[in-house]
Amino acid sequence: MATIKEIEEGIIEEFGYYDDWMGKYEFIIELGKSLPLIDEKYKIDENLIRGCQSRVWLYAQLEGDKIVFTADSDAIITKGIIGLLIRVLSHQTPDDIINTNLSFIDRIGLKEHLSPTRSNGLVSMIKQMKLYALALKTKML
Amino acid sequence: MTAVAQHKNVLDIEKIRKDFPILSRKVNGKPLVYFDNGASSQKPQSVIDATNKYYSYENANIHRGVHTLSQEATSAYEVVREKVRAFINADKSHEIIFTKGTTDSINLVAFSFGRTHINEGDEVLISAMEHHSNIVPWQMLCVEKKAKLKVIPINDDGELMMDEYKKLLSKKTKIVAVTHISNSLGTVNPVKEIIAAAHEKGIPVLIDGAQAIHHTTVDVKDLDCDFYSFSAHKMYGPTGVGVLYGKEELLNSIPPYQGGGDMIKTVTFEKTTYNELPHKFEAGTPNIAGGIAFGAAIDYINSIGIETIAAYEHELTEYALQQLNTVPGIKFIGKAKERASVISFLLDNIHPYDAGVILDKMGIAVRTGHHCTQPLMDRFKISGTVRASFSFYNTKEEVDVLVKGLHKVIDMFK
Repeated sequence: MATIKEIEEGIIEEFGYYDDWMGKYEFIIELGKSLPLIDEKYKIDENLIRGCQSRVWLYAQLEGDKIVFTADSDAIITKGIIGLLIRVLSHQTPDDIINTNLSFIDRIGLKEHLSPTRSNGLVSMIKQMKLYALALKTKML
Repeated sequence: MTAVAQHKNVLDIEKIRKDFPILSRKVNGKPLVYFDNGASSQKPQSVIDATNKYYSYENANIHRGVHTLSQEATSAYEVVREKVRAFINADKSHEIIFTKGTTDSINLVAFSFGRTHINEGDEVLISAMEHHSNIVPWQMLCVEKKAKLKVIPINDDGELMMDEYKKLLSKKTKIVAVTHISNSLGTVNPVKEIIAAAHEKGIPVLIDGAQAIHHTTVDVKDLDCDFYSFSAHKMYGPTGVGVLYGKEELLNSIPPYQGGGDMIKTVTFEKTTYNELPHKFEAGTPNIAGGIAFGAAIDYINSIGIETIAAYEHELTEYALQQLNTVPGIKFIGKAKERASVISFLLDNIHPYDAGVILDKMGIAVRTGHHCTQPLMDRFKISGTVRASFSFYNTKEEVDVLVKGLHKVIDMFK
C-alpha cells in the first residue's frame, strides 16, 4: 500500500496535466463521481460536517489496523474534494493520519478551499478525518 | 417617454464606475463582475478619502474635549446625524441613533423596548422572510420573557399574506418587526400598509431597512414607522456603522441598551442618570471615522439621486430577469410583483455552492447559500440559492457575462 506522501505525489502529477482552472475543476468533478460513497444507513446527522454551504457526510471504520473512509455530499465539487482526501488518507493507520501534514492541496492550486469562508472546505474535513483517526486509535488499544 | 428612459439618459455609468476603484480590478484574471451588493456594496473614492482625511487630519475623540481637534471631529460627526435625518426625512436629528449596523439596531430595540414592554404571554410578530438578525434577537427575548414569536406566512411567489397578517394582529401583539425588502427574494413589502394596520391596534412597528435604504426613497414620516434600521455598508459607506431611527417619544420611554461613557449625565456609585437622546443609546466611543465616511456616502447618493438610482436598478433587474430566463433549467425563487434588484435562483439540480465556485473562477461574485434566512429556505424546501444582487454601478454587459457564466456552469455539471 502506498504511503500518504506517495499518493500525494501521484495526485500532484495528475493535476500537473491541467494548466487552467477549468481543466482542474472538470477533473475534480470527475473524481467526485468515483467517491467511495457512505452507506445510506450512516448518512445521518451525527456524521454530518456542518457548514454554511454544502453538506458533507463522513464515516470511518477500522479494517485491521487501517482506517477506511466513506463520504457523500450534495455538492459535486465538495464530493471531488472529499474524494481526494479519502484517496490520500483512507487505508492508512490512525497514527499516519494523525501525524500527516498534507501538502498536496496547496501544490495542486486548491489553496482557496482552505480559506475560513469556505467553511465546509478542506479544513473541517481534514479535522474531522483526524478526529476519527484519534477516536479509532483509542478503540484499537 | 417613461420615467425609466429619462433616467437612463441621466446616469453616466462609465463615469460612475470610475468613482469605485475596486470595480476596475481583476479577479482570477477576469474583470470583476460584482453581483453581491445585497451582502455589501462597494465604496466610492469619496468615502475612502473621507476615512483617510479623518485619520490624517481630524482624529480626536468626540463629545468631550475642549480642544480644536475634538470640536472639529464632533461637528463632522454630528453633521452626519443631520444628513441621515434629512435622508430619511425624520423630524429631529436626535431620533437618529448611531449603531454598529442593522443587527445592532434591532438588538437595541429587542433589548430596550422588549424588556420594557414585552411580558409573559405577549407576542412578537415577524415574517417568514426575515433575515436571522430580525429573528434571533426576538427569539432570545421571547425565551427570556416567556413570550411568543409569531410569523406572518408568505405565498409561493414570496409575498407576505396580508390577510393572514391582519388576523395575526391581536391584543397580545406588542411589536411587529418586518423587513422592507427581502434580502433573499427581493420582495418589496407593503410596509406602509403593514404599519397602518398595526397602528390601528396601537402596535408599534420596526422596519428592517437594510436592503431598502439604498434602493428606494425611505421617508419615515410618510411610512409612520416607529423604528427603522439600516447599515451604512450596504449604502456605499463603511462597515461597522448603522442607524436606528426611532420616534422621539418611544426612544424616551425605553431604557438604555448599554452602559458606559457618553450615555450618562451624572454617575455616582449609588446612581447614574442618563444622557438625553441620542447619546443615551450611544455608549462608548463610536466609530467616528466610519460615521464621517458614512456622511460622504450619503452625499454621494444624493449627488446622483436615490430616484435615479432606483429607476436604473429597476431597468437593470428587468433586463437581468429577461436574460436569465433564457438559461436552461433556471428556477427563480421569489417572484413578487413588487421587487428590488435581488434575484435568487437555482439551476436544475446543480448545487448553489458548485455554481458559485465556478462563477468565481470567471470573476463573477454572487452569493450562494441560505443568505442568513434558513427558515425561508425551509419554506421553499431548498438548502439555498444563487443570488445576484445589483447596484447602480452594474451594467447590462455584466448581466450578459453572468448569463454566459451560467451556461458554462451548466456545461460543467450536466
